[in-house]
Amino acid sequence: MAKIVAGIATSHVPAIGVAMDKGTTGTPYWAPLFKGYEPAREWLAKLAPDVAIIVYNDHACAFSLQIIPTFLIGVAERFPIADEGFGPRPVPMVMGHPALAWHLAESLILDEFDMTIANEMPVDHGLTVPLSVTCGQRSEWPFPVIPLCVNVVQYPPPTGARCFKLGRAIRRAVDNFDQDLRVVIYGTGGMSHQLQGERAGLINRQFDTAFLDGMTQDPLALTRITHTEYMREAGSEGIEMVMWHVMRGALDEQVAEVYRHYHIPASNTAAGLMILENRSGA
Amino acid sequence: MTTPRDYESIPGTYVYDAARGRIGYVLNMFCMSLNKAENRKSFKDNEAAYLDRFELSPEQRRTVLERDWLGMLKVGGNIYYTIKIAFCDGLTFQDVAGMMSGVPKETYAKMMLAGGRSPDGNRYKDDSTSAEAAHG
Repeated sequence: MAKIVAGIATSHVPAIGVAMDKGTTGTPYWAPLFKGYEPAREWLAKLAPDVAIIVYNDHACAFSLQIIPTFLIGVAERFPIADEGFGPRPVPMVMGHPALAWHLAESLILDEFDMTIANEMPVDHGLTVPLSVTCGQRSEWPFPVIPLCVNVVQYPPPTGARCFKLGRAIRRAVDNFDQDLRVVIYGTGGMSHQLQGERAGLINRQFDTAFLDGMTQDPLALTRITHTEYMREAGSEGIEMVMWHVMRGALDEQVAEVYRHYHIPASNTAAGLMILENRSGA
Repeated sequence: MTTPRDYESIPGTYVYDAARGRIGYVLNMFCMSLNKAENRKSFKDNEAAYLDRFELSPEQRRTVLERDWLGMLKVGGNIYYTIKIAFCDGLTFQDVAGMMSGVPKETYAKMMLAGGRSPDGNRYKDDSTSAEAAHG
């Protein structure tokens, strides 16, 4: 049977990808951020999962405002790298896992989560930066990936509570998949940041720290944070943190925090990374 | 169920909600077209002619031609879309964020290095002092 063994939460700031692609990760500006990623890479290499589910949001690449799926799952064999407006990132094509992805799509829909299904879609920095952050620069990614997109571009995104329940349903579906697979799930985006308006640049270390602490101490309390509270306290784009709840919902009630890294700034953003392991073991 | 719009009380923030979605669709779809290299080239070669392909309002058109980043948000621009115009210009998110908040690039970069813009005094339009109000 398949099993979710761990969760990774990480910011997906585009500038982090650019720094890696341009080879500037050793500069005084970027070095402290990237140094903090090294233990996460070592941990993940050792864990060597069979497949990853990456929860992220598309940023006007695969989807425009023409059609806005609230929750979407990618079932393709492969996902090309999107041109986001400055050419595609020079990273490997992302390989999918159609068997598990289709199983998830079917299970989730029958479990009352009305997923949109994508047979063809490019992936943008929302998915590739978390891979780069946790796997480093590669000629190919070390595991296949199932993209799971959450709308956070058109207000309102799904609530944190709904995202958490989706995570629970993902967990049930994975548990019922009849291949022996060790699965990791990524929740991406955040942490506090605001990219728009006169208030651009907002950062809230206190909010972020409480959010990181809450992931292990009281994740259900975090799911009650309202959209307005995210935007007021963590910046308008801080609302991306609802996606962390999908990851958290897919894990055990009790999890162990294996690693945490938090750094200000990555461009306009407070970059956070956290690794959580199920107590039931890998 | 009603939809609370209590986020309207947050200063300097343009939430891309239904109201903005209704006025901003065409503007944002123009921005989306810049994901294609050939369209970026056409836009750069002749911005006015390229914009003729889209039914923008005069004010939307002005904000694009003048790179009025804040103005774009007020006429329905969504930052994830309008940033594509900035990418065309070789600008970064941080460059544009500085311009929107009305400070020189260096000042903005320095603020970010010092920990970013504090939420204190920036939570409510009508309150520029109290951090406690946010928790009330």
